Amino acid sequence: MSVQPQRNTKLIEGATGSWEIVIGMEVHAQVSSKSKLFSGASTEFGAEPNSQVSLVDAAMPGMLPVINRYCVEQAVKTGLGLKAKINLHSVFDRKNYFYPDLPAGYQISQYKQPVVGEGEIHIDLANGENVLVGIERLHLEQDAGKSLHDQHPDQTYIDLNRAGVALMEIVSRPDMRSSEEAAAFLRKMRAILRYLGTCDGNMEAGSMRADVNVSVRRPGAELGTRCEIKNVNSMRFVVQAVEYEARRQIDILEAGGSIRQETRLFDSKNGETRPMRSKEEAHDYRYFPDPDLLPLTFDQAWVDELAQHLPELPDDKKLRFMKAGLSAYDAAVLVSEKEAADYFETMVAEGAEAKAAANWLNNEYFGRLNKAGLTISSGPISAKAASLTVSLVASNVISGKIAKELTDIIWREGGDPREIVDRLGLRQVSDTAAIESAVDAVLAANPEKVEEVRAKPKAAAWFVGQVLKATQGKANPQVVNAILRRRLNLPEEG
Amino acid sequence: MARSSDPTRFTIAEAREALAAKDISARELAQAHVDAVVKARPLNAFITETPDHALSRAAQSDARIAAGEARPLEGIPLAIKDLFCTQGVRTTAASRILDNFIPTYESAVSQNLWDAGAVMVGKTNLDEFAMGSSNETSYFGPVTNPWRARGRNDDLVPGGSSGGSATAVAANLALGATGTDTGGSIRQPAAVTGIVGLKPTYGRCSRWGIVAFASSLDQAGPMTRTVRDAAIMLKAMASHDPRDTTSVNVPVPDYEKALEGGIAGLKVGIPKEYRIDGAPPEIDELWNRGVEWLRTQGAEIIDVSLPHTKYALPAYYIVAPAEASSNLARYDGVRYGHRASGVDDLIGLYERTRAEGFGREVKRRIMIGTYVLSAGYYDAYYLRAQRVRTLIAQDFAQSFQRCDVLLTPATPSPAFAVGAKTDDPVSMYLNDVFTVTVNLAGLPAISVPSGLSHDGLPLGLQIIGKAFDEATVLRAGRAIETAADFRSAPQAWWRPA
Repeated sequence: MSVQPQRNTKLIEGATGSWEIVIGMEVHAQVSSKSKLFSGASTEFGAEPNSQVSLVDAAMPGMLPVINRYCVEQAVKTGLGLKAKINLHSVFDRKNYFYPDLPAGYQISQYKQPVVGEGEIHIDLANGENVLVGIERLHLEQDAGKSLHDQHPDQTYIDLNRAGVALMEIVSRPDMRSSEEAAAFLRKMRAILRYLGTCDGNMEAGSMRADVNVSVRRPGAELGTRCEIKNVNSMRFVVQAVEYEARRQIDILEAGGSIRQETRLFDSKNGETRPMRSKEEAHDYRYFPDPDLLPLTFDQAWVDELAQHLPELPDDKKLRFMKAGLSAYDAAVLVSEKEAADYFETMVAEGAEAKAAANWLNNEYFGRLNKAGLTISSGPISAKAASLTVSLVASNVISGKIAKELTDIIWREGGDPREIVDRLGLRQVSDTAAIESAVDAVLAANPEKVEEVRAKPKAAAWFVGQVLKATQGKANPQVVNAILRRRLNLPEEG
Repeated sequence: MARSSDPTRFTIAEAREALAAKDISARELAQAHVDAVVKARPLNAFITETPDHALSRAAQSDARIAAGEARPLEGIPLAIKDLFCTQGVRTTAASRILDNFIPTYESAVSQNLWDAGAVMVGKTNLDEFAMGSSNETSYFGPVTNPWRARGRNDDLVPGGSSGGSATAVAANLALGATGTDTGGSIRQPAAVTGIVGLKPTYGRCSRWGIVAFASSLDQAGPMTRTVRDAAIMLKAMASHDPRDTTSVNVPVPDYEKALEGGIAGLKVGIPKEYRIDGAPPEIDELWNRGVEWLRTQGAEIIDVSLPHTKYALPAYYIVAPAEASSNLARYDGVRYGHRASGVDDLIGLYERTRAEGFGREVKRRIMIGTYVLSAGYYDAYYLRAQRVRTLIAQDFAQSFQRCDVLLTPATPSPAFAVGAKTDDPVSMYLNDVFTVTVNLAGLPAISVPSGLSHDGLPLGLQIIGKAFDEATVLRAGRAIETAADFRSAPQAWWRPA
């Protein structure tokens, strides 16, 4: 099954006409697992160099790999999350090449028979468009160690802590047509992995990284020659790398040149891609089935069992949120980060109305977090306090204006919103007699304004503002409005 | 048969008896072997002698025997092929690239032997990384066969790759030895030194801690002076090991008990493809004698065909080097072993280290292996060889529907002279013609000394069995042994006068 999305292409203009960008991606996602793919050594990030290296990881003579079944389970779960075909029989191969951080001289990977076959991912774009990107395969492989070039003026040090850590390589079809789609794909992939708990998606720590394949062509033409851009490790860099690379290729083609198939490295400092090696210099990896390992086999019943216990995924959650009254946009924003969706769901569970909770998050809280450089997990307001705040507005205990003030207070000091409202006397006044006297006082103080409003009823809003000011914002604005209209003999709104 | 007065001439079974009866102490037994090892240095059977290990463990064995807590191999002096990693004892694979390597771990098989009470007299010489059939590719020099042709003083090869282990057992330097067999490396040297060599089913013994040559073919096994000793040793060596995914979880029977009962009614297949042109007539004569021995003891002889036999050797010399080329990539001078000095770039470090560290035969096989796995050649060589392997396994499976074991010669010739085949790799590879099929199919097989060539050199017959049916292989081997009544032993010409 080849997934070819039918949609408006996002052409970009060159000097000689328009071009289409074609993007495919290989995502390397570190499997969330306490131990490595073929050894019992720990995978903890940031440990002392070479403190998490078993005899197998160091490729000592006579050492043999033993598959970590938990990592297989994580890969299969990921395959299920990508709606992909799970292969009950797959094979580990050796990919042979020499490098000091590759102790055995080969990487154990899966070449011809990966554990997961074809699947798909839906991505949401800002304009509301939904794009289907095909997944070609997912396979398990070992990570290499790290070469440290900065420890000694003329020697290289090797840290094997990462050597043997389990990675999932997930390969997409060349179904993306813009840098925005590429970034959205990576973001969606990350969300799915994090929902499943199969990869922590931490791009700074290197537990998720992407190689991006970029080519350009005239609309409707055959695929152009692609370049592979290595190690693009943030959404922002994906956008930069694709845009730089597409423009570079278009410039070459428009100047009458041709594209060399090559591997390029993204330089995040300058936002450029630089050549790493050409096709001619490509390694011959001499893949062959690893004779130390039996084929990886499991039965359908085990896969079914995993499928049954799969957590809810972003697309399903989004649909559920929409059924609860959220717009597609609000729902998409909330589900894009699992923690945000969880926060939202806790707010609703604590009694907040869904739409109001989503509005408070999208219009109020996310902005504050962004400005403070915080995330939903590190932000100061608990979901419970947020829920209470939203509910206080909904039940007319406080006004929207007071709600902002209340949010300021719990952001700074925390505390129970109900207690704060009581202690500071923020409760909205809906007592008609009290508001009537405040309205009368304002009208009496501004006779010329009264004349003005009688002539031009729309100016009544000025009086509402004055009354709210006089009551320190505690008067219910709807009640104020109704009384004013009665006193001034204005028609009811509506 | 009465026990010899020289404890180095004991079988393992006799030594067990003598130790239990306290006719000899483990320490005395160990000392006798330690002395024999020193006197046999001209044979170059050992890369590393471990007298301290032998004597101190023997003292512990004596304490256990005294306490009535003797284990199955208590106090038995063994030699260990220097391909098995031994904790704290240098392990070289007979290669310069590992000439300074001291493992921090013990191979599963040697650990099993120590857990059964055995003691180690030393680490035996072998062809470098077990690549060879004459023990001439060792960085530590060739091993000399204790046997000499009648009336001659020429040095002969002990076979390979387990040539040091074979020599240690044949020359009474150890009561038994471990070997590894990738294409015949236990059975061929056993045959040409007049001892018993058993290659178990692939997966019967753990490969954990054995320096890998060709992972899908390598299998450890015992080398002993009698079939009974092979049974005793295999029982101790075999185990299921979760650290080796290819080790198989099947019960390990009491092989010694399985020797009893005779072979009446046993169906013995004779594969016609093992009669090859150019082999000396005495090989066929011996084979015919073997057939008669088994028939006389009540076996039913059946002619069978293994039609793909002729493709086995070429297939083997593709699969084994392919795996070796990858297995030996780890010897790069970066983490352990030999590292070339005075090189200041990475590629130079790899090239110089490996050029200095590996010998000619190892380099030849790495190059063959690299070639057959290369893009564009993989299908024509490696993939096709794997198909041949499947066909060979099917040949055996079909034969084993009609018979219980197969009888074949073990080698196409007796021991040859040192240097005779070193310039002709293909004629060297032909030594494995009767043994490689078994490795390709993963089956168990034993080589049993069965007679002498016209010039007085030992020859062996091979019994091949069904997967995990070592018990029947041993019983049939015992029948050959009984009938052959092979009592010849080499003269101890190497001992100082």
